[in-house]
Amino acid sequence: MEITQEALRKMFATMVTIRNFELRAFTEVGQRSLRGALHLSVGQEAVPTGVCAHLTDADYLASTHRGHGHCIAKGVDVRGMMAEILQRATGTNKGKGGSMHIADMTKGMLGANGVVGSSVPLAVGAAMAARQRGSDQVAVAFFGDGAINQGVVHESMNLAAIWKLPVIFVCENNQYAESTPVEYATPIPDLAERARGYNIPGVVVDGMDVFAVYDAAGAAIGRARAGLGPTLLECKTYRYYGHAAFDNPKNYRTTEEEDAWKARDVIAGFRERAVAEGLLDAAELDALEAEAAQLIEDSVRFADESPEPDLSELLTDVYLDTPTNALARTAHL
Amino acid sequence: MTQTAERLLSYRDAINEALRQEMERNPDIVLLGEDIAGAAGRRDQGFVDAWGGPFRTTQNLIQQFGEDRVRDTPISEAAFIGAAIGAAAAGMRTVAELMYMDFVGVCFDQLLNNAAKMRYMYGGNVQLPFTMLTRIGAGVGSAAQHSESLYALMAHIPGLKGVVPSDAYTAKGLLTAAMRSNDPVIVFEHKLLYGLQSHVPEEPYELEIGKARTVREGSDVTLVGISRMTQVCLEAADALAAEGIDAEVVDLLSVFPIDYDHIADSVRKTHRMVVVDEDTPTCSVAADIAATVGEEAFDYLDAPIMRVQAPHTPVPYARNLELAYIPDATRVANTVRQQLGA
Ligand SMILES: Cc1ncc(C[n+]2csc(CCOP(=O)(O)OP(=O)(O)O)c2C)c(N)n1
Repeated sequence: MEITQEALRKMFATMVTIRNFELRAFTEVGQRSLRGALHLSVGQEAVPTGVCAHLTDADYLASTHRGHGHCIAKGVDVRGMMAEILQRATGTNKGKGGSMHIADMTKGMLGANGVVGSSVPLAVGAAMAARQRGSDQVAVAFFGDGAINQGVVHESMNLAAIWKLPVIFVCENNQYAESTPVEYATPIPDLAERARGYNIPGVVVDGMDVFAVYDAAGAAIGRARAGLGPTLLECKTYRYYGHAAFDNPKNYRTTEEEDAWKARDVIAGFRERAVAEGLLDAAELDALEAEAAQLIEDSVRFADESPEPDLSELLTDVYLDTPTNALARTAHL
Repeated sequence: MTQTAERLLSYRDAINEALRQEMERNPDIVLLGEDIAGAAGRRDQGFVDAWGGPFRTTQNLIQQFGEDRVRDTPISEAAFIGAAIGAAAAGMRTVAELMYMDFVGVCFDQLLNNAAKMRYMYGGNVQLPFTMLTRIGAGVGSAAQHSESLYALMAHIPGLKGVVPSDAYTAKGLLTAAMRSNDPVIVFEHKLLYGLQSHVPEEPYELEIGKARTVREGSDVTLVGISRMTQVCLEAADALAAEGIDAEVVDLLSVFPIDYDHIADSVRKTHRMVVVDEDTPTCSVAADIAATVGEEAFDYLDAPIMRVQAPHTPVPYARNLELAYIPDATRVANTVRQQLGA
């Protein structure tokens, strides 16, 4: 698939922004002793980047607990994301949701989700809405190799298949669900095979290669926009860090395995190939990296300069029309 | 069993010990859950028990009891919790862990329509020695989908029992009782209590499901605590004592059956009651206690029964909002002062 210089630059910028954002958020959360889980997707950046390169703000995306990459690739403002994680009123969710629930309807971002598998049918619904309106919008559902064993994921694939809905099911197979290896939890070598049960295309993709993801996602999204129905993409990838801060992955995987995956790092790999094939030059890539670093720096400053949520926010947004004092009768706040 | 043991043990270790001792005593017990051991299937690579449970409550069990009795599951709550119910009906004794109470939606049908109803709708034809472990509680910055205390949702369903241990001693005794019960029992562990130590006997013991206990004697007001809120009540009682207000603290321990008699007896002595519940207020256990005890001990009450509960909202993320969400000792003490007209 042809890629413009502009698209290449954008993809590189997205990947380095995701990595930079996550590592910085991790540090900031640690330094401030904030509570709450932060699930890093470092190592997996090529997947949301290659997929979202084909989307516009009008398309939909349903995300997971490991959702920073999805949000950034879908165009959610990193300042609002950082402010959200650092518990500020200016966060994407006013500080009420945190890392696991970042959402931005103006970007078609239907939300990160803390319940494994739970967001997948939301993408099916968004796709149904798009069809109903007669638009060519598509919806992408990201989920993990662990989530693919939830019933709701299968029910969602079936529903999308029988109604030929424009959904792209993207399974990010990072080899582990917490400490549980994928080969224990599923009896098949390729999760993409599960598409056969729904008579939809199932494609195994090298998730460590953003060009491969870009191509496979382009084909699937093209099919969806043309009204040909859903596709299941299994992107094989790797999370470099633990499930969350408390988890030491050395307790369930070998250093050799980690090193083998890291040797195929998506960002280093992109740089090498782009320079070798004369697609982009090193100075340009350096400049994009510096820009991303600046963006993240700004996002932390923005969060620091923002107030924490007002206490009245505890009782807002539950309903639109119920007086907030009715919600706190027995709370004695 | 009285609380005279010398040994201090954490809530976490008390749960672990109850599981281990009961599994030693009864070879029919099987444990199922996600990452309850961890690194599943990698023993040959030298990895075993990588997690020992997300909060380390099940660690070291797989080494002792093996993979058939300590089963790591895929993320398929409806299937493995349903399977635990089915295995119980087929003569095993099963303990399944639902990692967080908020995930109950995924497997709710199995609890609502199978575990709770099978014995009744089969005319008493089946035993269900099934225990579900799950965890509740805000305070760890995990936001709306990992923090709720929805035991009222389960207590509402005829056929399910539920226990809410408030310290290590009650955790061991209630979990042991749950595993010996032929009824489905849900054990609600509170995340903020895992590190709390108390005196725990080394030998196995049961605390009767459906029995509350008095953890502090007093004469002016009865504070009823549920799960961690019992600790909050004790803290409030200390603050009130400094002002000469003598609060009695009742630790509910079971959300079904609810020990109305124990609470009503206390209220007949103190003439006032405040129920403290981290769950949301509408159709809550606290509301139920207030209504029933109000009915049964009406003549003894000198003031309206009051409740201190979380607001009717999901759990917020930001620390300041989360702290406002959780009932605390200040709010409890203020409510008592208000009740006493002080
Ligand atoms: C219904 C449900 N069960 C369990 C969990 C706890 N949990 C959070 S993430 C996770 C592993 C998810 O694995 P996978 O889907 O492969 O995504 P990854 O974490 O690898 O990105 C588990 C078990 C949850 N959040 N929701």
